[in-house]
Amino acid sequence: MKHIKTLNTQPLNHTVNKGGCGECQTSCQSACKTSCTVGNQTCEHKK
Amino acid sequence: MIHQYQNNGYYIVLDVNSGSVHVVDRLAYDVIACLERKNPCHTPETLKTQETRDDLAGELPHYPRQELEEVLQAVAELTAGGQLFTQDIYEGYIGEVKQRKTVVKALCLHIAHDCNLACRYCFAEEGEYHGRRALMSYEVGKKALDFLVANSGNRRNLEVDFFGGEPLMNWQIVKDLVSYGRSLEEPHGKHFRFTLTTNGVLLNDEVQDFVNREMDNVVLSLDGRKEVNDRMRPFRNGRGSYDLIVPKFQKLADSRNQEKYYIRGTFTRQNLDFSRDVLHFVELGFKQISIEPVVGEEQDLYAIREKDLPQIFEQYDTLAKTIVEYEKKGKGFHFFHFMIDLEGGPCVAKRLSGCGSGTEYLAVTPWGDLYPCHQFVGDEKFLMGNVEQGILKPEIAEEFRSCSIYSKEKCKGCFAKFYCSGGCMANSYKFHHTIHDTYNISCEMERKRVECAIMIQAALADE
Repeated sequence: MKHIKTLNTQPLNHTVNKGGCGECQTSCQSACKTSCTVGNQTCEHKK
Repeated sequence: MIHQYQNNGYYIVLDVNSGSVHVVDRLAYDVIACLERKNPCHTPETLKTQETRDDLAGELPHYPRQELEEVLQAVAELTAGGQLFTQDIYEGYIGEVKQRKTVVKALCLHIAHDCNLACRYCFAEEGEYHGRRALMSYEVGKKALDFLVANSGNRRNLEVDFFGGEPLMNWQIVKDLVSYGRSLEEPHGKHFRFTLTTNGVLLNDEVQDFVNREMDNVVLSLDGRKEVNDRMRPFRNGRGSYDLIVPKFQKLADSRNQEKYYIRGTFTRQNLDFSRDVLHFVELGFKQISIEPVVGEEQDLYAIREKDLPQIFEQYDTLAKTIVEYEKKGKGFHFFHFMIDLEGGPCVAKRLSGCGSGTEYLAVTPWGDLYPCHQFVGDEKFLMGNVEQGILKPEIAEEFRSCSIYSKEKCKGCFAKFYCSGGCMANSYKFHHTIHDTYNISCEMERKRVECAIMIQAALADE
């Protein structure tokens, strides 16, 4: 029996070198305006 | 750093620094907890030592040794693959991220400091932001868009949110500015993404057609059930707004094929059963839903208090389970705060940068003053400059630039830090008079929402 199922294949640290282009949406432009929701944004290159 | 929790029958292990999410059985859950307790900095080598194996067998004697060995082997492989027991390598990287020359890429245009509703919790104080009623002129709006283009460097996608008060009270200017923005695109190699945030009172077919043609996103303000909405979102004469607005919002959402919009509500202490408001939206046919907690002063009757948190957590759990059920029945809908993209989410640089207020994102008042974001408008200490002369107080931008999860003590040990990026700076300022702190109640809710969001992914992967 498999004891561990991993849901994602791309660890965050893989984006250290190739990330940071800044083309993505600013978080408050979507639907928040009173909180901060960076984690549920999507990378512009993966749309 | 590892965070473990159980939700809706799932045992979940989050490796915080890599963002890896593992759905495990009870045995693996106990093994990983035991390993981390003994040594939070395990490596593939330390996991393979006889001492670790003996320790584990001693700590968890009720599990067969062979199964413990199997799990230990799997844990060692994930650790070698950078998906468990990863260390925080970003604290050194933050300097590099923060030193990058940032450009302005988004503006919140306060097109009208006036409103035709009198919402009781409004941070803009019925649209006036502690100041005078005013509508933005075309000239000021044009200068704002020119400022954005001139300060956006090589960034192609520029965002402009028509915000208020209520922007439809100055609708002709919105249309004129969209047209002006479009005229800037080709000569400057830019693309504008416009958003309209509206209470819907003045929404009509003409507005709808224009919005569908020109706006990438539209945020529709409504709080949920009629009695909930009308208690907090009345007209100035006290009459409720639900009956007038709901049919217009339904029509608009359908006309956009139920995409690229949010029906956005605020929940308060007076509707702590807000999962019912979310489901009310679903019953009304909406598919893109956001309901956020109100931010209020302690003395406000509607403000969320620490003692309300258990009920709020229970509501988030209920909502998360419901979302899974609906999705499995093919009737899925999106709840903004549970949206999480485990594979295609933001890069580390974005997560470390935060929301960008004060640097990448600025708010513009009707008379052209610049503030770090819409929530700081009206507080003169945060007046940064104006659209005519640009940024006159770069030290304000510098302070916002220096703010990150590493400048906030409370963030360092928090598992959710790479999802909220340190939280809302305006909330921190409101409660602690510094942007380098966090608003505890908001943090508690954010942690719960991250847990629920991940559980939903686990459940949907469990087919």
